Amino acid sequence: MALEREFCKWSFCTKPAVETIETDLLLVGGGMACTGAAVEAMAYAKGLGLKVTLVDKAALDRSGAVAMGLSAINTYVGAENKVADYVGMVRTDLMGIIREDLVHSLGCHVDQSVHDFQDWGLPIWQKDAENHTVDGQVARDEGLPLLKDGGKCCRSGRWQCMINGESYKVIVAEAAKNALGMDNIYERVFIVKLLTDKNNSNRVCGAVGFSVREHKTYVFKCKAMIVACGGVVNVFRPRSVGEGQGRAWYPVWNAGSTYAMPAEIGAKMVLMENRFVPARFKDGYGPVGAWFLFFKAQATNAYNEDYMAKNWDQVKKEYPGYADSPGTCLRNHAAMMEMRAGRGPIMMHTDKAMQALAEVLSKKELKHLEAEAWEDFLDMSISAACLWASFNMEPDKVPSEIIPSEPYLLGSHAGCAGLWVSGPSKGYLGAPDSWFWGYDRMTTVEGLFTAGDGVGASGHKFSSGSHAEGRMAAKGAIAFILDHKNDKLEAAQNVDEVIAEIYLPFEIYEKYKGYTTASEINPNYLMPKQVQTRLQKLMDEYVAGCATMYQTNKPMLEEGLKRLTLLKEDATRLAARDLHELMRAWEQYHRILAGEAHLRHILFREETRYPGYYYRSDFLSIDDNKWKVFTISQYNMKTNEWKFETEPYKKLC
Amino acid sequence: MPSFVIVEKCDGCKALDKTACQYICPNDLMVLEPEQKKAYNQEPEQCWECYNCVKICPVQAIEVRHYADIMPLGSSTIPMRSSNDITWTIKFRNQKTIKRFKFPIRTTPEGSIDCFKGKTMPTADDLKKPGFFTGAARTE
Repeated sequence: MALEREFCKWSFCTKPAVETIETDLLLVGGGMACTGAAVEAMAYAKGLGLKVTLVDKAALDRSGAVAMGLSAINTYVGAENKVADYVGMVRTDLMGIIREDLVHSLGCHVDQSVHDFQDWGLPIWQKDAENHTVDGQVARDEGLPLLKDGGKCCRSGRWQCMINGESYKVIVAEAAKNALGMDNIYERVFIVKLLTDKNNSNRVCGAVGFSVREHKTYVFKCKAMIVACGGVVNVFRPRSVGEGQGRAWYPVWNAGSTYAMPAEIGAKMVLMENRFVPARFKDGYGPVGAWFLFFKAQATNAYNEDYMAKNWDQVKKEYPGYADSPGTCLRNHAAMMEMRAGRGPIMMHTDKAMQALAEVLSKKELKHLEAEAWEDFLDMSISAACLWASFNMEPDKVPSEIIPSEPYLLGSHAGCAGLWVSGPSKGYLGAPDSWFWGYDRMTTVEGLFTAGDGVGASGHKFSSGSHAEGRMAAKGAIAFILDHKNDKLEAAQNVDEVIAEIYLPFEIYEKYKGYTTASEINPNYLMPKQVQTRLQKLMDEYVAGCATMYQTNKPMLEEGLKRLTLLKEDATRLAARDLHELMRAWEQYHRILAGEAHLRHILFREETRYPGYYYRSDFLSIDDNKWKVFTISQYNMKTNEWKFETEPYKKLC
Repeated sequence: MPSFVIVEKCDGCKALDKTACQYICPNDLMVLEPEQKKAYNQEPEQCWECYNCVKICPVQAIEVRHYADIMPLGSSTIPMRSSNDITWTIKFRNQKTIKRFKFPIRTTPEGSIDCFKGKTMPTADDLKKPGFFTGAARTE
């Protein structure tokens, strides 16, 4: 490599204070999964005398993907549905390759988390005795039965129920805080490296991170760990070019730490080629689900042609067996056919939907409906409501543009990238023995668990499912801790060296900053933002981003990999001026690793499994003979090499 | 610049033990300028416009000027969040269209959640069985 490797010798920046915390179970992340894990783990820990500790990069009340709130719970199976049908929906939407042991067991547990949310105070819309919709507070005031007692929620789709969800995360966080106690919660501490055991390199035993508020390092030593800190956002160049880059569909602070840190200690990843390209209200990213499902709006090309009706026969021909019911990526595909043919923009006819409803509803009901339409945005993507206001658009009078966005990597929404984890029990529903290795949701690294966006090959969990999965992982982790009580663990890594590596961006900046007159332009280092833009550009241009209308091929991917490899080398020259930038530096490093996994997986899978999410132009079909398999990768940090294998898909229900 | 702070209104949360907006921002964007003791958004192009700083500010000093690369000037969207509901006032760019909405946000008092109250606590024997401490799993 061109640049000499730098080491932090504390010659130019000062050593931070170090606090070491011993715990039994460490929760890394503070979103739905880890707040779920916190309450379930504490239910056991109290009686067993175990300690549980949670570390969050932000403040628990408003961290994670639900920080802004949500307008719906997207996974509630309910008494009227069978879990097997939920599994069937997930299988169809994710193009036939899912871990049905994981999806089914989640489906059996998720409703309990929803019932608990309602108990804790989340207002869930319900149907009253006359089948009228009432909001979550009115439902309580009128004494309607709770969902757990047979009360009916207001379905916007088969699996979704509407909520007044502005404070969804605050409520869930409060349950976790009161269960854990504030003494066991570390906010504004960013974990960046995991530690493994000296005598067993495949066993996690701790984590190291730093405070973004003071010059202080935290070393956590633990028996087991759940890493669940979201998916990956802004790894691709977003459609916005300036300030709007912050208005990502998924939370902009999701930096791929869930994938990068476990990958660095050898945890296997699965289906990292999968991604999610949400088609959303353009620029504001307002959700479309309620408009399609609840308000029954239609989307068309620029010339009022329903692209689903128009293109569906063609989609069926292109992907036989996969287009019988429209999955999310194939719906995108049908819209993209119009965009590629120059018949965009794609329009959501909110106006026609509202006008049709006006004909059958009373004035009062219509007023309520208008509030519902605005609340859908105000609860979870406020900018989308602001966008209507800034363009003087009233949704009942004019249609709005929708567009497929930049790609996101995640495992909890309509995507299934993530880590390869153990199923719930041996032979669950007839699952192969190779899908279970002792503890529910444990990765291939002993003692390391994950949930939510972390668990691969099982999407459509959403907020409620991520919470439930965190609880399942917590039980697995506590069982692991009890079975390994007498293990003596010692970090294989020299912790002082790890700390020096973490603060290297400070050392580099202080060492070289005097060389040039402008601190951001210096041949000896790159600022985090500069690394991010380079990553975004190469991912966009070579790895099927918006720039190529989501298309790539082997030569493009190989060129992308060359550039990514050089960027990864240059990332050892990241510089940071303050703690905020140090956080950004490590976020970019995590994004690079997650991006590399994504690129290599797309290169490995020689077919187009997810049309509408991405296209391998050199292999445009779905090839079930060769590729109806899980693609599994493993990174070796020491040799900087990746190993790939496949595991057959098996239908269980 | 997504969220912005009005100079005249921001008092640096001097009466509180921490700066509210700095405490809550999920992306670590709000900082207190040490000399003037006023908060500002240090990285506006990484702002999700989640409005958490706007909602938490005790003196309503924070508003949002929407993404310059996307939205025309002149509209405003202002929340007022209480302990059990939130009221939104949305003014269009034309300054004529005004929408007001009020939604519930929780049905229990703040701070009251005790997820263990009235529950039978599980034991180690329950760990490898399905279900949570608050209720059994579905069996299908």
